[in-house]
Amino acid sequence: MPTSLIQPEFLVEIDYDKCHKCGRCVQQCGWGVYSFNERPFPDDSKCRACHRCVTYCPAHCIKIKKNDLALRDNANWSPELRKNVWRQAESGGVMLTGMGNDKPYLKIFDHLVLDACQVTNPSIDPLREPMELRTYLGRKPDSVGVESNGKGGYKLKDGGGVSNNIKLDTPIIFSPMSYGSVSLNVHKSLAMAAERLGILMNTGEGGLHADLYPYGKNVIVQVASGRFGVSPEYLNRGAAIEIKVGQGAKPGIGGHLPGEKINKEVSTTRMIPQGSDAISPAPHHDIYSIEDLRQLIYSLKEASGYKPVGVKIAAVHNVGAIASGIVRAGADYVYLDGFSGGTGAAPAIIRDHVGIPLEIAIAVVDQRLRDEGIRNQASIIAAGSIRSSADAAKAIALGADVVAIGSASLMALGCHLCQGCHTGCCSWGLTTQKPELTRRVDPEWGAERLTNLVNAWSHELQEILGALGVNAVESLRGSRERLRAVGLDQQTCEILGVKPAGL
Amino acid sequence: MNASIRAAFEDGAKTIVLNYVNGQRYIGTGLHGRDLRIEVHGTPGQDMAMFMDGPTLEVFGNAQDGVGNTMNSGKVIVHGSAGDVLGYGMRGGKVFIKGDVGYRVGIHMKAYEDLRPIMVCGGKARDFFGEYMAGGLLVLLGLNSRLEGPLVGGYLGTGMHGGTIYIRGEVEPWQCGKEVGVFSADETDMAELTPVLKEYCEDMGLDLDEVLSVPFTKLVPVSHRPYGKLYTYL
Repeated sequence: MPTSLIQPEFLVEIDYDKCHKCGRCVQQCGWGVYSFNERPFPDDSKCRACHRCVTYCPAHCIKIKKNDLALRDNANWSPELRKNVWRQAESGGVMLTGMGNDKPYLKIFDHLVLDACQVTNPSIDPLREPMELRTYLGRKPDSVGVESNGKGGYKLKDGGGVSNNIKLDTPIIFSPMSYGSVSLNVHKSLAMAAERLGILMNTGEGGLHADLYPYGKNVIVQVASGRFGVSPEYLNRGAAIEIKVGQGAKPGIGGHLPGEKINKEVSTTRMIPQGSDAISPAPHHDIYSIEDLRQLIYSLKEASGYKPVGVKIAAVHNVGAIASGIVRAGADYVYLDGFSGGTGAAPAIIRDHVGIPLEIAIAVVDQRLRDEGIRNQASIIAAGSIRSSADAAKAIALGADVVAIGSASLMALGCHLCQGCHTGCCSWGLTTQKPELTRRVDPEWGAERLTNLVNAWSHELQEILGALGVNAVESLRGSRERLRAVGLDQQTCEILGVKPAGL
Repeated sequence: MNASIRAAFEDGAKTIVLNYVNGQRYIGTGLHGRDLRIEVHGTPGQDMAMFMDGPTLEVFGNAQDGVGNTMNSGKVIVHGSAGDVLGYGMRGGKVFIKGDVGYRVGIHMKAYEDLRPIMVCGGKARDFFGEYMAGGLLVLLGLNSRLEGPLVGGYLGTGMHGGTIYIRGEVEPWQCGKEVGVFSADETDMAELTPVLKEYCEDMGLDLDEVLSVPFTKLVPVSHRPYGKLYTYL
């Protein structure tokens, strides 16, 4: 039988003159690249360029290079397309991949620039003046009544409708990532960081591990079609409940956590037997219409003492009408996930070719809800490749209340975007359940790094607000006049509601 | 109404009788407590006993859609027919329906440790019975049905990867998903099934011997990893 036609993607080079022959590379690699016989020998074909060995080599003698094996140039058949055909011809299976869409689609955020103040209105220095990033997540009342507090001040009238909102100290939260797809230590890091930052983490569809119960007020608990781990207690532990209808990386596709990843702990948290596939069907079988969605929203509210309930959908065409239905069905927030969103496992072909950009989705949803006069009835969370505080600011200017970060938060914990999450071999101990790998993430260390990241972005957001001459993130939301487009066509500008630069 | 039910139970009530029920939704949703009991006279609305954990709910009338949705434990008895999507994602407890049931019944039922959901439907069922079933016991009897057509619709047990379905009578190959194996229930199977049917007959006032007079068909998944070979990891 002939060997595989697929050549290694990377080459692992070891400078044996420098090598201590300590074997740490062997120990660090989750992919099984190295064997050891007096000195380490790499098997290039297994390397995913995750750089764990490079980072931990005490002699700094490992280099990972691209395998620049020449393939005849062909504008029609990229090397990747050719390799995929070889792969599928060998296996006959659907290609899975982790992380977000890596195709060179137009990244609209990179074609939007923020306005800045000059002489007509002054900018603000956030180092000396207060700059408000606090955001309230949830349904706002149509009107707010105030009454005297008897001491010369005023307070909100009871039943003003804002009591159910969740206070966020900064408009950045962590995206849903399930326990099962990521390790428990990742979940702990996220929960601890969320508590310190006064923000939220999200369980994804894998249930909430008992160790995280104390962090409940900083957790959104997710209800997906598989209903994994969903019980009355689970619903009551969270600050809010999220119905996952779709996700950006794989719109219209269900989840599938392979039986190999369902160990004792994951099985307990998901409330399913060990070793059996955890299949989350694409549709919720009790949602076939907006009326059904309303039914589920209110069931969850009934079961949880009327906690905020949000709905997560993937960005797809006509998302404005869908979001309007969701808000009218009683959702307290709409979570929009763009097609660059990350995932632990998605069929590559779906991840790369289905869905629409987040930027467009935010703009049309915000506009539609405003046109219908119901924008106050729900918050908008935007996610799907928010890569920096600038992306966050632009998303907010387009109409989002809050942004959620998934890939960026994993990168804060060491992720090198090697896209092998679905294999369960993550050398950084993030997307794996192997105990020898998961212990590489110390929750305390992780929480500190996540806190640093969000704090840094929050400072940058304050600087951006200062440059725009506003002192609250509230003033930036949906303020598209503060954005200009560079290199976008007229129709895209119209859909975004953003003028081209110069106007 | 649900707020009053919860308040009454919190005040120490153990049994609540609801009369003239007409479409009120979420009765028993999220309720927990093993010794609680609700008697419903009339037709309750959707998502009755959703996420319920422990109580017993007895309906003297028909029920609508979503009975026992994601239920943890407890028991629902319906002395009439019920609608679609019964016992979706149900993890434990019992749902007994006397009459016919609609579409998507018992979808994604699952078992977990000592929790094992049991659903018995007395009449006929429509399509997608036990689809994606991941655990538990689902029984269809086909007694006294008011429905035209076959005992059960198509897509029976499609995507099934756990649990057992028993059908009183026979099913045709076209009705079954390709993930299920179809067998005649043998003595061991009947020994497992009979206590459940006995309890059902006692609750419904039916004759156990008559229920057992027709041979049962057993459906089990071919594999607990139906999609194990669908993907490539190359």
